[in-house]
Amino acid sequence: MNNIDVQHINKSYGGVSALRDISLEIKPGELFGLIGPDGAGKTSLFRILTTLLLADSGSATVCGLDVTRDYKEIRHCVGYMPGRFSLYQDLTVEENLKFFATVFNTTIKENYGLIRDIYVQIEPFKNRRAGKLSGGMKQKLALSCALIHRPEVLFLDEPTTGVDPVSRVEFWNMLDRLKNEGITILVSTPYMDEASRCDRIALMRSGECLSVNTPEGIRSTYTRPLYAVHGSFMYKLLIDLRSYPDTYSCYAFGDSHHLALKDGKNDIVGLEKFIREKGYTDVTLELIRPSIEDCFMAL
Amino acid sequence: MKTLRYLLEKEFKQIRRDRFLPRIIFLVPLMQLIILPFAANFEMRNIYLSIVDNDHSVISQQLTDKVLSSGYFQLTDVSPEYNQALASIESNRADIILEIPAGTEKQLGKEGYAEVLIAANAVNGTKGGMGSSYLSSIIQDFNREKGFDSGMSLSGICSTNLFNPHLDYKNFMVPGILAFLMTIIGGFLSALNVVGEKEKGTIEQINVTPVPKSVFLLSKLIPFWIIGLILLTVGTFIAWLVYGLVPIGNLGIIYLFAAAYLIAFTGFGLAISSVSSTQQQAMFTAFFFFIIFILLSGLFTPISSMPEWAQNLTLFNPLRYFVEVMRMVYMKGSTLADLSVHFGVICFFAIAFNILAVVGYRKSN
Repeated sequence: MNNIDVQHINKSYGGVSALRDISLEIKPGELFGLIGPDGAGKTSLFRILTTLLLADSGSATVCGLDVTRDYKEIRHCVGYMPGRFSLYQDLTVEENLKFFATVFNTTIKENYGLIRDIYVQIEPFKNRRAGKLSGGMKQKLALSCALIHRPEVLFLDEPTTGVDPVSRVEFWNMLDRLKNEGITILVSTPYMDEASRCDRIALMRSGECLSVNTPEGIRSTYTRPLYAVHGSFMYKLLIDLRSYPDTYSCYAFGDSHHLALKDGKNDIVGLEKFIREKGYTDVTLELIRPSIEDCFMAL
Repeated sequence: MKTLRYLLEKEFKQIRRDRFLPRIIFLVPLMQLIILPFAANFEMRNIYLSIVDNDHSVISQQLTDKVLSSGYFQLTDVSPEYNQALASIESNRADIILEIPAGTEKQLGKEGYAEVLIAANAVNGTKGGMGSSYLSSIIQDFNREKGFDSGMSLSGICSTNLFNPHLDYKNFMVPGILAFLMTIIGGFLSALNVVGEKEKGTIEQINVTPVPKSVFLLSKLIPFWIIGLILLTVGTFIAWLVYGLVPIGNLGIIYLFAAAYLIAFTGFGLAISSVSSTQQQAMFTAFFFFIIFILLSGLFTPISSMPEWAQNLTLFNPLRYFVEVMRMVYMKGSTLADLSVHFGVICFFAIAFNILAVVGYRKSN
């Protein structure tokens, strides 16, 4: 069974606590997202699960294997793509792939089916050195190398950071295909908009796991009325909206402000009146469904 | 086994593709072998000589000519009196003064001996010491030619330089520099290579593969071991080509020692790389140790002239043993039996450094 089970993991560096009592249960074949800003502890958790780092306390199993006791076996059955490109830049695309196939005691041919969709996109450059690839191509190569031994569990640490929006969408499509192959995928990202592509997500902040649910489930836990507010003089508007007595929180969100009212206070007429009295004439209010980011801000 | 072979293939590919490394690997030894023996030459040339000739005789003129024709000395001035000559030493224009007192020729003719004065500037100790001893041996020579007695020839001391009859410093330096090269290749390159993988993050990717740590370390050790032996071959060839130096002893002994010594120093490099996380740290740590190893190796200065505590320290310096071995095989033709202690010590260092490396790597994980 290629599940991941994390129980009460703690890790601190010096006095700084990076992970605090993290418990997660990831089901076989699930595409699970760790969502959180930089410094949330995502990479530390990855390094513990890929046997590169020892936890201070707690236990974890990957494919039913203990990360400290059975680390050797785990290394056979997981694929890891670190956040930083860490293939050999002075070897060519094909040499890198062949190298990782060989160290896992397999061949490119044996598992070509799994990586074909990804690899065909970089195959025209197979004689180019990895260091000379563009960002998107590097990422595809890294994914190919992490998959070449047909892992049961795939760990992807911020695979889309620094990648253009089109390639990001493409990348998530690839993950969907891999999920259909039955591979359990644990992926981390700081981009909240990618969260909806996961089966389930865990919201993380400063080493703590704030919430674990499906993206839909997380959005449905948001109970306050939420408005997108447009208008001119946005900064002054933000300050004024924050002074409204029913306001729970108000923050800039793209080209609008998201205004959350206190639970049970949904007096839109009173709100419009407040805005008019402040002297705004062109403000529009729109009741919206909360995004993952709104949920994250509310936690 | 297959993994190791492939890891090695990868190492060599990377070394070959590096723009800089292959050149530096072969350029450094070439330069060192060609330049260093000349620079690290303890023979003194261009010693500036100030002569005070108060005799103005045929003999004093002949002596002056003899001294100057030796090639070691350059005449800066001929002063009428000692104080003026001393002034030229004080102003650093002269290194040594030869004073021939008035009546030297007369005294020589009458009594068969005369005294001259040699005064040397000892600010540069080597120059002063060597200069005055050159000068006195030239004067002795002069005495012998002229049929005069001299204080020294009377006592009948006669020195012969064994194994290096002409005291040619190149014969002495080149084998030592070869030993030094093995140290750099083994120690520096292996340390920098592993730390390089740490810096680039590639070691992270290797660590999640089933490649055992020992195989990974071997794949780092073997390439530099091979490169070291190739360099030794190039080095001995250059020594023959440029200096006409061929070991009197068996070349096989040199290779045997180099093989063990390279294992020791690649282990040393790996140990350094296990405690450093950037190439800068590794470079500095290696540099620190290498300076000590070189200064305490007897490569440039004889161990026997070091203070006793420093002599004791050299016993813990693997370079010292290898330099000795190289010189003994090259110049004395020592056999393996003569060098068995050295071999034991170098093997001991090979084992100790590699254990240190393995322990260091175990700790860091």
